[in-house]
Amino acid sequence: MSTPSQTVGPYLSIGLPWDDGPEVVPEGTPGAIVLRGVIYDGNGVPVPDAMVETWQADADGRFDHPDDPRGRVAGFRGFGRCPTDEQGRWSIRTVVPGAVPGTGGRTQAPHIDVSVLGRGLLHRVVTRIYFPEHAEANAADEVLASVPEDRRDTLVAVREADGYRFDVRLQGDGETVFFEV
Amino acid sequence: MSLPVYRPDPEGTHPPLGSPGYRSTALRHPKQPLVLLPQMLTEVTGPLLGPGRLGEHDNDLTRQHAGEPQGQRIVVHGRLLDGDGRPVRNSLVEVWQANAGGRYRHTGDRWPSPLDPNFDGVGRTLTDDDGHYEFTTIKPGAYPWKNHDNAWRPAHIHFSVFGTSFTQRLVTQMYFPEDPLFAQDPIFNSIPDEKARQRMVSRFDLERTQPEWALAYEFDIVLRGRDASVFEDEEDDE
Repeated sequence: MSTPSQTVGPYLSIGLPWDDGPEVVPEGTPGAIVLRGVIYDGNGVPVPDAMVETWQADADGRFDHPDDPRGRVAGFRGFGRCPTDEQGRWSIRTVVPGAVPGTGGRTQAPHIDVSVLGRGLLHRVVTRIYFPEHAEANAADEVLASVPEDRRDTLVAVREADGYRFDVRLQGDGETVFFEV
Repeated sequence: MSLPVYRPDPEGTHPPLGSPGYRSTALRHPKQPLVLLPQMLTEVTGPLLGPGRLGEHDNDLTRQHAGEPQGQRIVVHGRLLDGDGRPVRNSLVEVWQANAGGRYRHTGDRWPSPLDPNFDGVGRTLTDDDGHYEFTTIKPGAYPWKNHDNAWRPAHIHFSVFGTSFTQRLVTQMYFPEDPLFAQDPIFNSIPDEKARQRMVSRFDLERTQPEWALAYEFDIVLRGRDASVFEDEEDDE
């Protein structure tokens, strides 16, 4: 009998952000990238009162968690959190995760799980970020394969000079694929 | 490879993303159907956030400034459990709230109730080995908002919890018993199932009141439970 979800409301930024929330990895970490984007509403207007949370494996595809059957790898927080600014922008510093085991002996393409919370969202919405360089792995990924082909590109980040861009469209043209978990 | 599987919550437990009574959902709820994401390794693991997140007085919102905040001092306590009744231990619980006059310490909150110089309305704590958490704070006030004609939010405290997996992440609001504002609040009433809605209402706890000091409310938070079965990766099972 679970407790229901409620919106974070417009004032989430007094309670949830941390100074180091956007730093999944410390500055200077080898291979660190910036992952950034804008959250848009159904009118294409940036959403200034939302927050992105990310959860991911480390560069070797491992989690610091007791339910990782390969054993936990201590020290990788794996979690990022960033509220959007006045222009709807968020960003985190992280590393590209390694491939992660899937079902039936398959391997999942490198991916990051994302929650978006905000005013007007009574429940978080969940999506995944994939990376454009992994075309072959993405093509074989069982989750991406379950998404209508013409919408798969909403789950693939865009390469930028210092990392990647991943915009979220909550509604309307180019609506991001959201998952039920 | 075997992984835990988290049960879905019963229909009606969580609000629909599109909830016309709460106007801000109109342009923010996805219109395409959600795609089912099987629970794989990324979903059954999750951030385990512990003591490193806490500062002094984070669990006592009345002691974060030199002076005492205005309002009715209360103790809010309860347990963080999963759907099988198991305590979620040593886990981060975050809260934020309005002050006694219903005003948030936020630049966007402009309603003309005074800010309290001695109240930030932000707290954090960890659950103990039994899943218990406890905060000392001030009972928040109700406040008006512009959702509909003469709209008021019932007094509430925002809670954020993580559980042990990405699937268990939950943000909710704790309400106070018998609030006359429930009937007109579209956020409270966005929960379709009446019994589920009542699980957001705390219980007045006379036993935990502190004489000449604080009233007390109990609020348990229950996250998705694990299925008895586990996900088995047949090719690894030889």
